Amino acid sequence: MYQFSGKLKTFSLALIALGLIGIVISFASAPSTIDEAKEIIAHQSSHGDSHGSSHDVKEEAHSEASVDNHSVEKAHSADHKNDAYAEESAHGSNHDDAHAEHVLHQLQNKPWSALYVSLFFFLGISLLVLAFYAAQRVAQSGWSIVLFRVMEAITANLVPTSIIMVVVVIAAAMHMNHLFPWMAEGVFDPTSPNYDPIVDGKSWWMNVPGWTIRSIVYLAIWNAYRWFIRRNSIKEDTANDGYKTFKLNYNVSVGFIFLFMLTESMMSWDWIMGLDPHWFSTLFGWYVLASLLVSALTVIAFVTIYLRSKGALPAVNDSHIHDLAKFMFGFSVFWTYLWFAQFMLIWYADIPEETTYFVARFNEYKLPFLGMVVMNFIFPILLLLNSDFKSMPWFVIIGGIVILSGHYVDIFVMVMPATVGAQWSFGIPEFSALLFFLGIFIFTVFSAFAKASPIPKGNPYLEESEHFHYYNIEHRGEGSDHH
Amino acid sequence: MESSKVIHAFYNDDEIVLDAVKSVKADGHHIEEVFCPFPVHGLDKAMGLAPTKLAITAFFYGITGLSVAIWMTNYMMIQDWPQDIGGKPSFSWAENMPAFVPIMFELTVFFAAHLMVITFYMRSRIWPFKKAENPDPRTTDDHFLMEIPVHNNVEELTALLEKTGAVEINVVDKH
Repeated sequence: MYQFSGKLKTFSLALIALGLIGIVISFASAPSTIDEAKEIIAHQSSHGDSHGSSHDVKEEAHSEASVDNHSVEKAHSADHKNDAYAEESAHGSNHDDAHAEHVLHQLQNKPWSALYVSLFFFLGISLLVLAFYAAQRVAQSGWSIVLFRVMEAITANLVPTSIIMVVVVIAAAMHMNHLFPWMAEGVFDPTSPNYDPIVDGKSWWMNVPGWTIRSIVYLAIWNAYRWFIRRNSIKEDTANDGYKTFKLNYNVSVGFIFLFMLTESMMSWDWIMGLDPHWFSTLFGWYVLASLLVSALTVIAFVTIYLRSKGALPAVNDSHIHDLAKFMFGFSVFWTYLWFAQFMLIWYADIPEETTYFVARFNEYKLPFLGMVVMNFIFPILLLLNSDFKSMPWFVIIGGIVILSGHYVDIFVMVMPATVGAQWSFGIPEFSALLFFLGIFIFTVFSAFAKASPIPKGNPYLEESEHFHYYNIEHRGEGSDHH
Repeated sequence: MESSKVIHAFYNDDEIVLDAVKSVKADGHHIEEVFCPFPVHGLDKAMGLAPTKLAITAFFYGITGLSVAIWMTNYMMIQDWPQDIGGKPSFSWAENMPAFVPIMFELTVFFAAHLMVITFYMRSRIWPFKKAENPDPRTTDDHFLMEIPVHNNVEELTALLEKTGAVEINVVDKH
């Protein structure tokens, strides 16, 4: 049995406390009035920093309404939630005030968005570990049985992140934040200056009650499966009932995979694509899936390598690490494939209503947008291509840190342009939200791992998994006992 | 030159031939060749063969293919005749790069795959109309054959091979 060390527990609680303080500070320091926002704008332009100047460029493009800058102009108006602002600025009256109000909303969104990015990142990783685990059960894979308890422990993080997600969902439904522009007042009301006919046309899907209920149903389904499979997986250890429990777990996992694919797609429409209600993409659900799946496999590799270094996983050998690294490599390429397929199809056809999404990202988020391709594709493909490197924990850790950072940036670039636009930065709000959820992750995962036997004794494939060897590792001296 | 002699030891099971290779190696004899009807896992390791470098050559062939694709798209679409085709920006290669990615990918795979296969054929000396180098047709069906060169130690080797479970042992002249 693994003992959750007091040191690690204190460390995780310190992360939670530190993150919480940072989150409180970031909420407290967000501007609440237009005057405060104006002050911040004045401060920005006096410094002439990148945000201030990029905003100026945007204003210029907007007022010119030139033909060649058509897409930039589209981006500008789409990126502004407040239609009243677009109206006003078109008339040229009250321009400064409207601009300040717009920036105010973006600044007020900052602490929410920072929290939301980290929350979605950690929730998604735990969910995809659960889905990968279900897939391993359904595939009746022989190699991964000794990692089952690691995966189960990671899915324990699904519970606290789901609870926080419910809180954020309810807060959004109660108009406590402006994350989702289609939730603003008057968007569906033809008599309102905020009326948005395009979003109104989607109101059969995008309405607050439907959205809230769906969000809670997704979370309920995922948590129900996690609760069931964790309980029954431990039951397997002592069941001794002719693999009846094992077969039941198999059947339930098949059902979960089906429900997961449905809910994962809809979740990505509701929680991420809904941030840009004017924009849509058909492969978005898979793209989010790929991003979270590669992160999930990296996290499994990290927790496995850590626990093995503590001697808690005696049955795990370099070949298991090698297989995890192969998955990390393969799904990094898969993510790139989907990312590029989405980008290239939109770039090639250049239809304004689709292109705005990438124009906003390319103009305001150039470094993270291009940097994540390097971090999520070029770096892992070069590092993890070599078969020997994949079985060295040290290399897997280096590759994994870059992959995880890259996919955090990926989620960041999915969320931030829609909520805070040009006002983005990586500071106290973003960093403290990361620390907060990392602390929760460490606490829940390692205390869950300490609660069950690290070896799933009742699994019929355990023997095979314990003797799993990838052939070329034998050349490097890790012997296999039998062929 | 006198013709050298070799011993041909036949086996009828892959587990037995694997153990035989290990004990012959342990006794300090050089194994010239092992003929099998199908791949036997761990045989290369038991014989002490060096790992293949084929994957490394494939990596460099892939980089070659990528370079060819970049050079070709840049020369044809940007340098030689930069037309405006449907509004695609042909001012520089980078601006139009996404449109070139499919061909870059395919040529990388094409070069890596085909040149690696050709390398494999050349290194393994396989080509059409090549005369088969098969000492006994049974080794393509259900027998395994170990070939060991003889240096005036026929009796000693025969005794050793009999102990390892060989079903037939022949001493043959090799030219």
